[in-house]
Amino acid sequence: MITIESVTKTYGSFTAVDHVSFQARPGRVTGFLGPNGAGKSTTMRILVGLTPATSGTALISGRRFTDLPNPGREVGVLLDASAQHPGRTGREVLTVAQRFMGLPHRRVEEMLDLVSLTPQEASRRVRDYSLGMRQRLGIATALIGEPAVLILDEPANGLDPAGIRWMRGLLRDYADRGGTVLLSSHLLREIEVIADDLVLIGNGRIVAQGTKHELLQSAGALVRTSERELVARALTAAGITFSPVGVDGLLTHAEAEPLGKIVFAAGIPVIELRPADSVGLEEMFLELTAETQRQTTNHRQPAGAMS
Amino acid sequence: MTTLEAVDTASPGRSPLGSRPVHRAIPLRRIVTTELRKMFDTRAGFWLMASIGIMAALATSAVVLFAPNQEFTYSSFAAAIGIPTTIVLPLIAILSVTDEWSQRSGLTTFTLVPARGRVLMGKAIACLTTAAVSVPIAFGVGALGNLLGTAIAGVDPVWDLTVANLLTIGLAHVLALLFGFMLGVLIRKSPGAMVAYFVYTFVLPPLTMLLAGSRDWFRKLQPWVDYGYTQSQLYDGALTAQQWTHLAVTLVIWLVVPLAVGLVLVSRTEVK
Repeated sequence: MITIESVTKTYGSFTAVDHVSFQARPGRVTGFLGPNGAGKSTTMRILVGLTPATSGTALISGRRFTDLPNPGREVGVLLDASAQHPGRTGREVLTVAQRFMGLPHRRVEEMLDLVSLTPQEASRRVRDYSLGMRQRLGIATALIGEPAVLILDEPANGLDPAGIRWMRGLLRDYADRGGTVLLSSHLLREIEVIADDLVLIGNGRIVAQGTKHELLQSAGALVRTSERELVARALTAAGITFSPVGVDGLLTHAEAEPLGKIVFAAGIPVIELRPADSVGLEEMFLELTAETQRQTTNHRQPAGAMS
Repeated sequence: MTTLEAVDTASPGRSPLGSRPVHRAIPLRRIVTTELRKMFDTRAGFWLMASIGIMAALATSAVVLFAPNQEFTYSSFAAAIGIPTTIVLPLIAILSVTDEWSQRSGLTTFTLVPARGRVLMGKAIACLTTAAVSVPIAFGVGALGNLLGTAIAGVDPVWDLTVANLLTIGLAHVLALLFGFMLGVLIRKSPGAMVAYFVYTFVLPPLTMLLAGSRDWFRKLQPWVDYGYTQSQLYDGALTAQQWTHLAVTLVIWLVVPLAVGLVLVSRTEVK
């Protein structure tokens, strides 16, 4: 269980994290989603005591991280897979963690096995590792103490598609066994497959949070039609806001049922009409975090939206 | 009514992560041994350690080969060995601290052991352990050199250092190591700390010597403020009570105070 309450971090006049509050519960994967520079990593560093918060509290199982007697046995942490001494071998990195935690030495080989690093790879120095191998090593370090809580910052970075699928399975299994997983990403698609709960952050503030189901429901509805102009007029008349998607789609803030009634009443033929789900969530996400976006795209064409 | 049987939902061989045992705090001993391991387990660390022995052997050979016979005394050998060890030991101490920041391994270290003061304490003890092993080895290599050199030259070996001398020279090595450690804690970046060490050890002493030679007020002040000067006396035989006092005062100024400042900074700064 992770409980973050009104955590704020300021650097001079700049507020990196602004009264952030959320929970990550046992048995669930909580996705922490936000664009680059939104405050995800800072929040996570505060959570594990690497960065002092300006105000607010961050607790793990009711205690501050720095008060845990042997943190590695209770919380697995992976903040940056590249933050390793390049001259140490992969096996040695794990051995150092195993020794700090006071674990039996066999755990090192067990973990190497779990993350599919071969003995040859484990004997190579981290400097020669690909980012994907570093992520695997980082996940092994996080899991070696059999913690009940996992905190992972962008763990899918550098993993190939098979690696991402492997990690999803690993985290799903971990949460199903009662573990608490908090994982961050700047890619909605990467996280929505695995997350049960979502916390959206932009500009240092939480902009939305809830179960994935709730958030998807509130994401509006999508209609595809060859008569987009007519639908647009009908929606405007009904006072519903919308935005164009792809060549023939409109994403509305109304839910699917009232949207269907409006389009039916106007007698306009449609190709498709459905709850917007992830397309809507992505739209919502981009809207809510628009201030922190480094670039804005005028005409977005979400891949897969039309399939 | 059907009776529901308890179903074990956990996959075979994997325990659920529900109830947790209470974990004990990480003992200091474990931090020391792990930090000691970390000083050796990289290629750079290994060769730095090995270089103490290698350089002691090279320095000894150089004395055997190039020194005139009348200089085949144990003190010449000890002096020759002292130069590499006062360079390498502080480097080892500096890197043991600064690697956590320069190589960013601190992200892992300080999440596994959040009490940063304890990590640094562990590192300091590990560094002192290294000195406790390597300094006697260096003295031993020097003694072998003395025996060998005099045997080759056909003269009697001269043992002109007392145990007390060896102890003060050993103390000088340990203080050099602690000085490096302090710079590592204070600066936390490998290049900066190393440059600071070399400037302090090799650039500053000639300058203060010049100053003391030309300015009378500084000559009087020097024993109270110049740590390079007071610690160099450890190589010159037994210290008087006043010299010990000078050493203690300069140690507070140059080692204790900056180390305290460094410790406060380390405990407060972000680890990124």
